[in-house]
Amino acid sequence: MVRRKWKALGLLITLTAVFVLAACGTKENSDSGSSSPTTSASAATGGTPTIDAIKSKGKLVVGVKFDTRLFGLKDPASGNVEGFDIDIAKGLAKQLLGDETKIELREVTSKTRIPMLDNGEIDLIIATMTINEERRKQVDFSEVYFNAGQSLLVKKGSPIQSVADVKKGTKVMAVKGATSVKNIKEKAPDATVLEFDNYQDAFSALRAGQGDALTTDNAILYGMASQDSNYEVVGGTFTEEPYGIAAKKGNADLVNAVNEYLASLKSSGEYDKIYEKWIGETPLK
Amino acid sequence: MHFRKQGGSNDMLNFSILERYIDSYLAGFYNTIQSSVLALIGSFVLGTVIAVFRIAPVKPLNWFGTAYVEFIRNIPLLLVVFFFYLGLPSLGITLDGFVCGTIGLAVYTSSFIAEAIRAGIMSVPKGQTEAALASGLTYLKTMRHIILPQAIKIVIPPLGNQFINLIKNSSILTVFAGFDLMYYGDIINTDTFDTFSTYIFVAMFYLLLTIPLSFAVVRIERRLARND
Amino acid sequence: MDFKGAYTTANLKFLLEGFYVTLEVAFIAIAISFVIGCVTGTLRYAKVPVLSQALAFEVELIRNLPLLLIIFFTRFALPEVGINLGTLYSSIVALAVFEAAMISEVVRSGLNSVDKGQIEAARSSGLNGARTLWHIVLPQGLRRMVPPLVSQFISLLKDTSLAVGIALPELMHNANIVVGHNYNSAIPILMVVAVMYFVVNYILSLVSRRLENRMA
Repeated sequence: MVRRKWKALGLLITLTAVFVLAACGTKENSDSGSSSPTTSASAATGGTPTIDAIKSKGKLVVGVKFDTRLFGLKDPASGNVEGFDIDIAKGLAKQLLGDETKIELREVTSKTRIPMLDNGEIDLIIATMTINEERRKQVDFSEVYFNAGQSLLVKKGSPIQSVADVKKGTKVMAVKGATSVKNIKEKAPDATVLEFDNYQDAFSALRAGQGDALTTDNAILYGMASQDSNYEVVGGTFTEEPYGIAAKKGNADLVNAVNEYLASLKSSGEYDKIYEKWIGETPLK
Repeated sequence: MHFRKQGGSNDMLNFSILERYIDSYLAGFYNTIQSSVLALIGSFVLGTVIAVFRIAPVKPLNWFGTAYVEFIRNIPLLLVVFFFYLGLPSLGITLDGFVCGTIGLAVYTSSFIAEAIRAGIMSVPKGQTEAALASGLTYLKTMRHIILPQAIKIVIPPLGNQFINLIKNSSILTVFAGFDLMYYGDIINTDTFDTFSTYIFVAMFYLLLTIPLSFAVVRIERRLARND
Repeated sequence: MDFKGAYTTANLKFLLEGFYVTLEVAFIAIAISFVIGCVTGTLRYAKVPVLSQALAFEVELIRNLPLLLIIFFTRFALPEVGINLGTLYSSIVALAVFEAAMISEVVRSGLNSVDKGQIEAARSSGLNGARTLWHIVLPQGLRRMVPPLVSQFISLLKDTSLAVGIALPELMHNANIVVGHNYNSAIPILMVVAVMYFVVNYILSLVSRRLENRMA
């Protein structure tokens, strides 16, 4: 009887040891998706330190959305992330490092992207991020790379046909940390705004009838409408949402390089191709 | 280690956040209390019913009770709430994030409370049930008047712990836009960019609820132990 | 509801990949929290001056906070003061710290449940404190600890789902992505996810019951 107890204790200790060893073993493998290089944080002044750091690291780490159709969406079948933002990011990796595969895409949400950039976990944010004054205090933006505007997504046949129909008691879904929350509160101060962690949860909630409309940039809404034909984008845009690529504050060399890249992308006609591939029309000039 | 604070302020803790957003913090605090109390009541009622099912002399009820407890307590709370949030609308019932979250909390917690109550009932000597039934009381009456009042005493300390768990678990309401304390924390954070301070204050509000409760549970446990 | 579109090989494979991350994170966190919990629980039981009080404070603090808050704090607030762990390690550390506090309490009350008379008898027969703990208290306490310990492990496995909030690619996260591709698959996907969690946790609880019966 006593011996059996000790056996059990021995077994427990052995199992623990095995798990801890297994942990040490798996650390190496699972690292690629979530380690935290802080190289960009340490170099911030003079010359091209940020770009040098990226070059010596051998890869560009970009924060992108994984849940946003047309811009950054992970495909369960292939495991790849695809979209407009992804193509822009790959082109940038090619420009900086000479190879579009020298890139690491990390998942961000509107809520997590600025902390992750601040912490030096990602070099850039290319994630449907609107340039505005408040954010300029937190990050450095590139030139505009996409012009979106905020709009509304509703179920077909909904009485809401534009932002003017959003009244007291109307439930509007939005995403935590997105500019669309502030905008809708200005345009429709009496509406109830429900904020979710990501677009996935917000659209699921709309489809489950938890609210009357979903608001964010029209480009993202078109992606949702293409997924479920019972929903449509209504009322045109009621704000301008110029998207920018964000770098950590002080990384001027990187921002300059991004701007040069965007200019060459536009002059070569490559930008129009990417735009057409995802948005389905040529951009307005 | 070199501490270099990023975000909105250079101070380790930026108290101006607490001042500026006190209304939001309090609104969330209130909703968290409300959700936890409602879920406690709901899970107690549901848990008692399930516990009686599990020991009732009717086989199908036993099966149902066992399946309920085993299934619910072996899946994550988040999943339970998702079922209510996304599943109920396909049955034509739409409830908001706060209500779904609270129902989910009650259902999830009821599986633990049912087990606690069952253990309480089992601890009452069988002879009492037999005597009560022999003296002509129905099964339900025996339960209500003889067994449950005694079982409750044993159930009080685990109930206290479940209430603390409920308060902590109610933080998942944020995922469903349930306007709880954690939700307001998320919202405040997107305004302040000072994650450290914002969530320290959120933590403070949770502790304001859970620490006194923890002490109360320990005291009750001690008192009951002394009475034995 | 779209069952056919939901249960494609690609989707199920993707969910299993997520489940693997769930299991991996859970096992590592269980191992760490078990070791820390045993040490801190025993130290508190032994009433080492100062250390026990400090541990009591730490355990009470952690135990009384929501895990979701601890996870988010570890991931995004600690970096603001110079400690950046990344998504995977933040998840593991937050889960391990939280569960260690819970396990610490299990261990302490397990040890406390051992009859005081036996301890006095052992001490008066010449065994010192450490030997009494090792030979008399621990073997008996351990038996009582098995069921609550296993239910803590089950809790931890379920709690890994909260790391979806910081985009750890675990089961709930991958389920969300699948649903994002085909919104009609929500309920069927949630069902299969529930089954995955249930199977592993139910097996754990059966093992616990067998161990309990055997040791009794």
